[in-house]
Amino acid sequence: MTPQAASTAEAGTPVFELRGIDKSFPGVKALKSVSFACRAGEVHALVGENGAGKSTLMKTLSGAYQPDAGAILLDGASVRFATPLDALNAAICVIYQEFSLLPERTVAENVFLGREPHRWGLIDRAKMRAETERVLAMFGSARRFNADARVGALDVAEQQLVEIAKALSRDARVIVMDEPTAALNDAECALLFDLIERLRDQGRAIVYISHRMPEIQRLATRVTVLKDGAVAATFDDVPAPDTIVRAMVGRDIAEFYPEAAAAPGPVRLSVRGGGNARLGGIDLDLHAGEILGLAGVQGAGRTALALALFGVLPFTRGIVTLDGAPVKLTAPRQAIAAGIGLLPGDRKSEGLALSQSVLDNGMLSPRAFAAVAGSPGRTPHGDTAAMAARFDALDLRAAHYGQPIGALSGGNQQKAIVARWLALSPKVLLFVEPTRGIDVNTKAAIYAQMRRLANEGAALLVVSSDLPEVLGLSDRVLAMQDGRIVGAFARGASEVEVMAAATHGAHAAKAVA
Amino acid sequence: MAGLRLTTLIPLVLLTVALAIYATVAIATDQPQFLTFDNLLSLLGRSIALGITAVGQTFVILVASIDLSVANLISVAAVLASFIMDGDPSRMFPAVCAVLAVGALVGLINGLVVAKLQVNPLIATLGMALILQGLLSASFNNFAGAVPESFQGFAYGQVLGVPVSLIFLLGLTVAAWGFLKFTRAGSNIYSVGGNAEAAKLAGISATKVIVMAHVLCSLCAATAGLYLASRLRSGAPWIGRDGVYDLESIAVVVIGGTALAGGRGGVWGTLVGVMIFSLIDSTFNIAGIDAFAKQILRGVIIVAAVAFYVARSKRMAA
Repeated sequence: MTPQAASTAEAGTPVFELRGIDKSFPGVKALKSVSFACRAGEVHALVGENGAGKSTLMKTLSGAYQPDAGAILLDGASVRFATPLDALNAAICVIYQEFSLLPERTVAENVFLGREPHRWGLIDRAKMRAETERVLAMFGSARRFNADARVGALDVAEQQLVEIAKALSRDARVIVMDEPTAALNDAECALLFDLIERLRDQGRAIVYISHRMPEIQRLATRVTVLKDGAVAATFDDVPAPDTIVRAMVGRDIAEFYPEAAAAPGPVRLSVRGGGNARLGGIDLDLHAGEILGLAGVQGAGRTALALALFGVLPFTRGIVTLDGAPVKLTAPRQAIAAGIGLLPGDRKSEGLALSQSVLDNGMLSPRAFAAVAGSPGRTPHGDTAAMAARFDALDLRAAHYGQPIGALSGGNQQKAIVARWLALSPKVLLFVEPTRGIDVNTKAAIYAQMRRLANEGAALLVVSSDLPEVLGLSDRVLAMQDGRIVGAFARGASEVEVMAAATHGAHAAKAVA
Repeated sequence: MAGLRLTTLIPLVLLTVALAIYATVAIATDQPQFLTFDNLLSLLGRSIALGITAVGQTFVILVASIDLSVANLISVAAVLASFIMDGDPSRMFPAVCAVLAVGALVGLINGLVVAKLQVNPLIATLGMALILQGLLSASFNNFAGAVPESFQGFAYGQVLGVPVSLIFLLGLTVAAWGFLKFTRAGSNIYSVGGNAEAAKLAGISATKVIVMAHVLCSLCAATAGLYLASRLRSGAPWIGRDGVYDLESIAVVVIGGTALAGGRGGVWGTLVGVMIFSLIDSTFNIAGIDAFAKQILRGVIIVAAVAFYVARSKRMAA
């Protein structure tokens, strides 16, 4: 396939090497003297917590970022990638988690984006289509679409194949995949793994970013662990998952999550037969003092369930009761008035007014339920002094509470949102991806905080794509698939059990019933 | 997979509805003479300026920008053309060149301000509109110069019974369609409008593409100005504004199925949009609706049509 790459594989020298890369952003040192290399014909796994610097490192390789110090070597010779195009021309292709696809254009147009073949000044569509079909043929049974399909009409797994086709049509020597299985189901993952193995055997160098241990065990030939912007460990043979996790986290998992609830209190929130366009047959009891986790693959309906309870995508069927009384949840304002709070996963776009002060962000909900003509500093749910006291109690670290909240770290922003809800003394708190983009140590603090809220009598529902987090944190876990609850697990269930339920719902649900 | 998509279908459905209403009104008011083929042809003929402008507007909207300066550029172009020609056929060529050069310059500035300085296109082109109108008002306050007889052929000439201007509009549409469909430059317009970040990562210079789209748009508007000068036999500093070519060109593009967010649509839809608009206008005329009520109804129809499209595309995204 690629004779050039194959010969390099025999030589055993790295196709590319990053040497001593430093990269700083205002206020953060994102990479500290990181070295990373990949040989032809190997899958080198790059693992680390969110925020460990994996993406920054790969953006340095792809020319999207310029390193402050250090060197990039290609076939042993020093190079500089001033733009992403330079890296592409060197046959280095990065497939980001957020695909760079044009949904309104065809597969062929996407594959040849920016380098359409042309004849006499006109695009050579026949050639474009033929070349794309040739590349798609490499996917074998995995592809169920042709070069003329509109990318927006494809599902996520198929779109991923289009991204890979883009790389293959450039005859990529290096392919970087950033958490490629995040949105795929088991069958799609299996096809992807087969494909990656084939690409590897063709002599391409593959960098595989993931924190899912089974995938790494299956695919990787080497593993490099990043922690806080530095290389924590490089393993030439793939070690046991525990060893990798310890290197990632820097401590044992056991002491990471808080203890379970002593004994859950009475039922606070109860749903019977809840359903809407995304959800069906939802039966659910949420007890005071309990943390209930929702597990499932992307699109299983976990977030949709949280949004239904918060009135954003309301239930159209079924009954919801709160402390025994039926409630109508058709708008967030109703849900909040009833005592339900939501901490959104995407804090920056859904949770915060970034350029406003920490204090204003905390006062957002109290003010929303205060008289329009009243003073913004004094509301029925407390004044600014009370809010500041709440920030203090949560150990929110800011230069001062008048500082724009956008300048704070993710963990401190999360605390401001928690304080906002505490002002309304909520009965139920819905946490969506509570630790996305938050560093490991702050995570532990957030978990402890969530447990405290539960112990004080709130009922917590947690949605997270991070399965170990859901399992470690929750007193009870519900597995969801296709908008339905397909399994229930007590604390201590294993990842394998829960994932089995979430991906082969029917069987597991029977087992539970 | 290809097939007709809903967004391409809607303009045709709307066109059919508009035609049906037009025919119903013509028959109900006992004016069947409005239903002849000649009459329908002349109906489109009255919208040539809007059509030319809207083809240009399609480029900028496809690239996820917008141009509010077209109406004022039309005035500038018409006045400049008739002022330079001043009734002298030998000055036709330099006048046309000058007008197109001014158009290209305006488009270049619009494009650079939008793409390089990252000014919101609404503000950037609104500013350009004010500047153009100011320059014009400072220099002219009434009809200026005259257009020679031979130049009036653009608006009034006929070939085999078909107006030259209509042939020109169709030719322009075909050329624009071919450009968008078969050239890399045209393809880049869709790419940058569809996902500027992805286009940049693929090595496309978004700046160049946006500037090009604005230059094409302004050239079209300048051409519309030339057409109006030919039609009115002279240029006046208010003809662009009076025609509401800024708002209407945007409206017909959107009604024609081009997404305001960019990346989807095309010039044939825009032409259908123009036809829908001229049908609506003619329907009002033969129904004898007074001018002010007509204006109100037009406003309602524009907003309703755009709202309808936004609602549709949201449903499809969900």
